[in-house]
Amino acid sequence: MSAPNPNGGSLLTRDPSVVTVGAELLADALAAQAVPVTAVDWRPPLPGTADALATVLADARREAANRVAIERVLASTPHLVDVKPASEALGLRAGQFRHAGPPIDWARASGPMKGALIGAVLFEGLANSPEAAEKFLAEGHAELDSCHHHHAVGPMAGVVSPSMWMFELEDTTHGTRAWCSLNEGLGKVLRYGAYGPEVIDRLRWMSAVLGPLLRTAVRAGEAIDIRAIIAQMLQMGDEGHNRNRAGTLMLLRELLPNMIDSGAPTSDIAEAARFVGGNDHFFLNLDMPACKLAMDAGRDVPGSSLVVAMARNGTDFGIQVSGTGDRWYTGPAEVPDGLYLGAYGPDDANPDIGDSAITETAGIGGFAMAAAPAIVRFIGGEVDDALAATRRMYEITLAENPAYQIPVLDFRGTPTGIDVTKVARTGILPQINTGIAGKVAGTGQVGAGLVTPPADCFVAAIRALAEAAPPLG
Amino acid sequence: MSSALELRRGTYRDSVSLMQVSRSVAAVDGVTKALVAMATELNVGLLAGMGFETPDGAGPNDLIVAIRADDEDTLRRAREVLEEALVLSTGGGTGIGSAAGVPPRTIRTAANATPGASLALVSVPGPHAFAEAMDALEAGLDVLIFSDNVPVEQEIRLKDAGRERGLLVMGPDCGTAMVGGVGLGFANSVRPGPIGLVAASGTGSQELMCLLHAAGSGVSHCLGVGGRDLSEAVGARSTLQALAMLDADPATELIVVVSKPPADSVAAEVERYAATLSTPVQLAFLGQGRDDLTAAATKALAAIGHPGVQDRVWRPDAARATRTGALRGLFCGGTLCDEAMIIAADRLGPIASNIPLRADWALPADLRAAGHLMIDFGDDGLTAGRPHPMIDPSLRLERLAEELADPACAVLLLDVVLGHGAHADPAADLAEVLRAAGPNAPTVLISLCGTDLDPQDLESQARTLTAAGAEVHLSNAEAARRAVAIVEGLDA
Repeated sequence: MSAPNPNGGSLLTRDPSVVTVGAELLADALAAQAVPVTAVDWRPPLPGTADALATVLADARREAANRVAIERVLASTPHLVDVKPASEALGLRAGQFRHAGPPIDWARASGPMKGALIGAVLFEGLANSPEAAEKFLAEGHAELDSCHHHHAVGPMAGVVSPSMWMFELEDTTHGTRAWCSLNEGLGKVLRYGAYGPEVIDRLRWMSAVLGPLLRTAVRAGEAIDIRAIIAQMLQMGDEGHNRNRAGTLMLLRELLPNMIDSGAPTSDIAEAARFVGGNDHFFLNLDMPACKLAMDAGRDVPGSSLVVAMARNGTDFGIQVSGTGDRWYTGPAEVPDGLYLGAYGPDDANPDIGDSAITETAGIGGFAMAAAPAIVRFIGGEVDDALAATRRMYEITLAENPAYQIPVLDFRGTPTGIDVTKVARTGILPQINTGIAGKVAGTGQVGAGLVTPPADCFVAAIRALAEAAPPLG
Repeated sequence: MSSALELRRGTYRDSVSLMQVSRSVAAVDGVTKALVAMATELNVGLLAGMGFETPDGAGPNDLIVAIRADDEDTLRRAREVLEEALVLSTGGGTGIGSAAGVPPRTIRTAANATPGASLALVSVPGPHAFAEAMDALEAGLDVLIFSDNVPVEQEIRLKDAGRERGLLVMGPDCGTAMVGGVGLGFANSVRPGPIGLVAASGTGSQELMCLLHAAGSGVSHCLGVGGRDLSEAVGARSTLQALAMLDADPATELIVVVSKPPADSVAAEVERYAATLSTPVQLAFLGQGRDDLTAAATKALAAIGHPGVQDRVWRPDAARATRTGALRGLFCGGTLCDEAMIIAADRLGPIASNIPLRADWALPADLRAAGHLMIDFGDDGLTAGRPHPMIDPSLRLERLAEELADPACAVLLLDVVLGHGAHADPAADLAEVLRAAGPNAPTVLISLCGTDLDPQDLESQARTLTAAGAEVHLSNAEAARRAVAIVEGLDA
């Protein structure tokens, strides 16, 4: 062993200021000596993770790997560049469908997932009745796969079929693309599992009128900087998951002149403008692929414990981690805690569903709750709860996003990039804002609220990271 | 008889705080048993021992409350005391839900929220210490790991990570340090002075610092390195770093390295490195045939031209008649226990112990033996899942009461360690047990490790002990020699 250099720190020359973790008595002993002390409110890690945690934290690659991964995430610059049918965007052929969350088959699919698939089969003309559509699906004629496996994301059931139109976003920094369907509005809609005639009619209009009109408008102008809109909406009371009101109106402001210039019938333009402006969640389907691009940029860094996807299919909650490729770590999806529409109640709710948790994965949505105190009422909470929720998320994230700031927290950047090791250490689970689908196929939306992933996902992920890490000693 | 058993899920408190809560509840008149503790394996075992069934699904994040009382009325009063004590143990302040008062949950967050944070003190249970210490290093903090039961490969990884960042890792199992006059962990208050310590032994450095202080000198800094730093595996990683730091410190005129004798190769490396420094280094490797701590202190003082150490003795108010028989040592400090065993074994032969000088002198698991024995209650094996005996004296007090009643025991030798972090009044609990002993109790000798600047006050602690019949020495080595003399029938 070579002789060390004198300590680069300044332990012996500075007045100590001490962070303590553990026995309160030792912190008290320092306070009694008039030493500044900051005590950590420590809890044991998630049960069964102590050994894996030590192995992963000892992995010499981790710190640099996480720095590389999060820098890529923060450098992502998503732009809306085109609007096109899924057949072109994802290369989907007849009989192929994409869905939210980790992969699932028909047999294990929940009510709203089944409902949305039935609706998509009807929409594609592969069956004439819901019963026939169900038979078609149950007999395995449809080819199902996760949106996430194809650079796509979908809210709630997230079902995409070849004829549905999609937003195409490009990350101009990394040269990558991601896609998301067009938002249908609230209530009886396909993504919540409804498949009645009004649902199919709306989808037809979206493909025939709205999609082409949006394409014309987008192609006529410069690529639209989605990151800039997200940055602004966070300063206007949106958090980018359950509240997208300001973002939607800013998007409309960008698109409307080109829609009017397009020469399309004014009645179509008026209807499209009315539809977009009247759907507070229209922009969700843009901030989701923007977040997908950011998190895809952080993928596949060996040794990184960054969570790159959180997604639910209505049955399973799954996460993916940068250091372990495309592997999913799943646990049973939980029923959100929230407010219900009309006479619906918790008994009507399906477990958590949708790819929209990509927003929290990228540091907005529930993580930016402090920016949107208006929606803290979803859990009957107070404004302080919104601030506390965001503050808590800083404990489990790797960075603060300088592009996305929260005014009420003195313009602090949103907590960005969930670190599996921090979740395991603190037991703090990511907070997700979400809509609630009815558990019976065909019902549609029944409410909205808050949910967390099952801890199992993170226990499985930390163990897998430990297996992939070099052994200690 | 009434009893209550309750599981509070997701309510975490540290074990020391809960011990204080348990004690408050147990002190209610009419309460026969009380356990307020996290549902760890050890505590669930204790619960079963108290005759309670383990609640379903209890885990280490859940708080168990188990109380047995004479009647319902007592139980109700006990519950009131419980709630008060639990509130007090959180330190009051703002609620977790309030936006401004969210306490940090990780070292990184705490460091970010504390401009100027320089050092982390980690005392979480051993299996969790690595995560916290690594977080501290990544946040740019030097770190003291008080926790024991940390695997050696984790220690090596931490020390390498610290070294890469120019940060010092003190520990694991580092009980004592003093930096810039501030005591960390268990630390006595001593005046500033020219001697800097590098210590692989917590109580060894405490004893040394107290002796230097009593002689009128003082200490610049004491950098703990953890009990295993000079082992072959760890290879003195922190010791070499600490030596370099003290060499660069203008206030330090002499460096003393306190440790058990290291492996030969490690000793050679430390000696070689020490010889390259501009500050003189005294290696105080404690062991058979070597200087004890008192002699090491005298040697260090001589090196800076200061008069040597004198033991101080406080005589008991009423001296008991001495007798010959077995020597029984009950220690909190591992190094103090070790030092006493070396001195005693030299004259008395085998001393059975849980930290034996020779493998064949090991005490069985029940810690019983007929002849001479010494127990280190601070050893890893006796602290898993419970606080250190300097904080929680109960285990040692129970054994003390037994030994006091044993006619085969001639002399009881105990250490009492004062200073920050230690029990607020250790003499009081000891004195209570001593006073309860019968007229035929053995001679009780106490080595009192402390200073007049300590929060407990050396003089008043000594007076409490002498009033209860004990003879008190400042020097642990001298207390041990006196004990040997009595056992050999040589005390005059």
